[in-house]
Amino acid sequence: MMTEAMHPTYNYKVVRQFAVMTVVWGIVGMAVGLLIAAQLVFPALNLDLPWTSFGRLRPLHTNAVIFAFGGSALFATSYYVVQRTCQARLISDKLAAFTFWGWQLVILLAAITLPLGMTSSKEYAELEWPIDILITIVWVAYIFVFFGTLIKRKTKHIYVANWFFGAFIIAIAMLHIVNNMALPVTAFKSYSAYAGAMDASIQWWYGHNAVGFMLTAGFLGMMYYFVPKQAERPVYSYRLSIVHFWALIAIYIWAGPHHLHYTALPDWAQSIGMVMSLILLAPSWGGMINGMMTLSGAWHKLRTDPTLRFLVVSLSFYGMSTFEGPMMAIKTVNALSHYTDWTIGHVHSGALGWVAMVTIGSMYHLIPRLWGQTQMYSVTLINAHFWLATIGTVLYIAALWVNGITQGLMWRAVNSDGTLMYSFVESVVASGPGYIVRAIGGAFFLTGMFLMAYNVWRTISQAKAAENKGHSATLEASA
Amino acid sequence: MSSFWSGWIIVLTLTCLGLVTYLLYSTVKSQRKELTDETTGHAFDGIEEYDNPMPQWWTWMFVLTLLFAVVYFFLYPGLGSWKGYLGWTSAGELEAAQAKHDRKYGEQFRSLAAKSVDELLENPKALAMGERVFTNNCAICHASDARGSFGFPNLRDGDWLYGGEFDTIKATLLHGRQGQMPAWGPVLGEKGVAQVSAFVRNMSGIDTGASAADLEAGKGLYQTTCSVCHAADGSGNKALGAPNLTDNTWLYGSSKAQVEYTVRNGRNGVMPPWEAILGEEKVHLVSAYIYSISRGKGTPADAAAEK
Repeated sequence: MMTEAMHPTYNYKVVRQFAVMTVVWGIVGMAVGLLIAAQLVFPALNLDLPWTSFGRLRPLHTNAVIFAFGGSALFATSYYVVQRTCQARLISDKLAAFTFWGWQLVILLAAITLPLGMTSSKEYAELEWPIDILITIVWVAYIFVFFGTLIKRKTKHIYVANWFFGAFIIAIAMLHIVNNMALPVTAFKSYSAYAGAMDASIQWWYGHNAVGFMLTAGFLGMMYYFVPKQAERPVYSYRLSIVHFWALIAIYIWAGPHHLHYTALPDWAQSIGMVMSLILLAPSWGGMINGMMTLSGAWHKLRTDPTLRFLVVSLSFYGMSTFEGPMMAIKTVNALSHYTDWTIGHVHSGALGWVAMVTIGSMYHLIPRLWGQTQMYSVTLINAHFWLATIGTVLYIAALWVNGITQGLMWRAVNSDGTLMYSFVESVVASGPGYIVRAIGGAFFLTGMFLMAYNVWRTISQAKAAENKGHSATLEASA
Repeated sequence: MSSFWSGWIIVLTLTCLGLVTYLLYSTVKSQRKELTDETTGHAFDGIEEYDNPMPQWWTWMFVLTLLFAVVYFFLYPGLGSWKGYLGWTSAGELEAAQAKHDRKYGEQFRSLAAKSVDELLENPKALAMGERVFTNNCAICHASDARGSFGFPNLRDGDWLYGGEFDTIKATLLHGRQGQMPAWGPVLGEKGVAQVSAFVRNMSGIDTGASAADLEAGKGLYQTTCSVCHAADGSGNKALGAPNLTDNTWLYGSSKAQVEYTVRNGRNGVMPPWEAILGEEKVHLVSAYIYSISRGKGTPADAAAEK
């Protein structure tokens, strides 16, 4: 087939499969997100059915965007980058194929069980124990494929992108296994092995490092390959990448307790969580600086290359949300921001602005190359997608800043006699306009994803048409 | 925390920060001082890396956060069982905040605590304060208009489970109530449940459509099982909180299905005690507010609207 003809050296088949599923799951996950955002404005959209209620669709949204969309993107890019920067084919095609089909099965099972209400109730780790075991098996195969390929590399050194991918893969294995330790009672129900504040602490050690290692380290791996590639410039500073890599993975793992400020978690653990979160600012920004400065001398390309624009804007949102995060981890700020929409806005400035945008930019670089093209079918559509995504993200996070601060201030406002000025429902009513703007922002972002799907489809069919033409020409010539 | 675990936390935390600091320091020492066009010499799929130094402002920002950590861990708890130089605890912060709140606002409530209910009823400001405490704490069950909801009594209708005198209301708020209706299903059987329910609904003037024989049987069962608490004439017993069954006021619904459910499975209504949460002074004002609205006086807000 085409794969072999086009690339005798590398396994592009699994990369293509994951790349296409990245777009598919991006649309699915974000569409569910838009639906539940709209439910907050129009509660009737939960259709009065248990399966479509907010409480069941919300974990479906988070799992779909983090693990289906983000996961597929990381599989695709890590398999591509490790092969190209190590000059080695994946160590096992069969095992790589297993990770693809295994991961799709996990996603399918999540899409069935979560709406049915089967949940372990751990945020971002809601899947029940049989699926957790399947994830573990797939992940061990992933470890073998990635590190096996790294070991048989033909280059002397290991490129920085692979450090980040490697750290992400190992840390996620550790986090997933430890946090999901549970005692099964039936095939679909289990209880956590931990109790009380310890359970909460382990959950947020997992939860925050799912962000730290999956959504930060993993996507920095992506950034370190696709930014210099698309800009055609050397990476700004090798030394900076060493220091910020080791500092990032050493510090991030401590930051989870900032999710549990002013709770039953002991004071010392809260302090460590807050201090480590503040220290995390510099290691996080190291990646942004290295990405941004790589563009020095190539800024003019931004005028004509919307793919590069995606990558640069993703770094800007990355820098902004990794500044916002440490600030929100400060206890006195957290006392205002915690439990409000500010948190959700912060997550989405990272999730939409950084994770999704760097993925989209990387896919616009990757997909044409996987199918033997020099660029996407339509640069105009990439440009339209860029503006939809950027405006959508800005609308989303600005709306939730306003909502979050409004809620935080309303909840602590007191009358002249010290009683609370507002009831909870009044803060919900005050959030209504923000929820509408947020849903509009989400709709912008999702619309962009549909443009991407069309563009990808046309790019691939164009490549297939060209190949068929070439194929028949060869046949004619030989006849 | 045992000294082992304390040591464990201290060693891990400081080792991690120490290694990060060392990495930063040794890189600063060994790196070039100026920007360069030279690369490290290796290329990966065409990607090269410059041998540039780390930006100085970034290095300083990093150092400042590390220094902040040192200062913070000296002043505050964090390193194992070290309490911190300031002796700060979150429990202490809470107590201080509550004390400050009390210093600022407590006097308003204390000055009204000694006033009799008759005086409070003439004091719109006091009733407004009682209403705000009610809205903050009670409205979640009894609704912001105090008309209650399923299982939570309407406080405006003048109908009382435990009595509507000011002192009784205040006792209810201070100490809470447990309204227990036992489950009679196992004793009466399904037929008996249906007959008693028909009789009870009939007492409130609901047309049950039950046969005279069933109502008669229901009456007999009522007298042997229910009348002990609800009284022979169905007028209830305020000492027990047993509702009056003749007044067509229903806490758990009046439909055939609901009344039968109540008789079959019982009900367990809980009013929590508020003394420890609100304190006697605030309970005093809330009681006065509830007393005022139950007597049809309307809320201070209503009064303001009338004007």
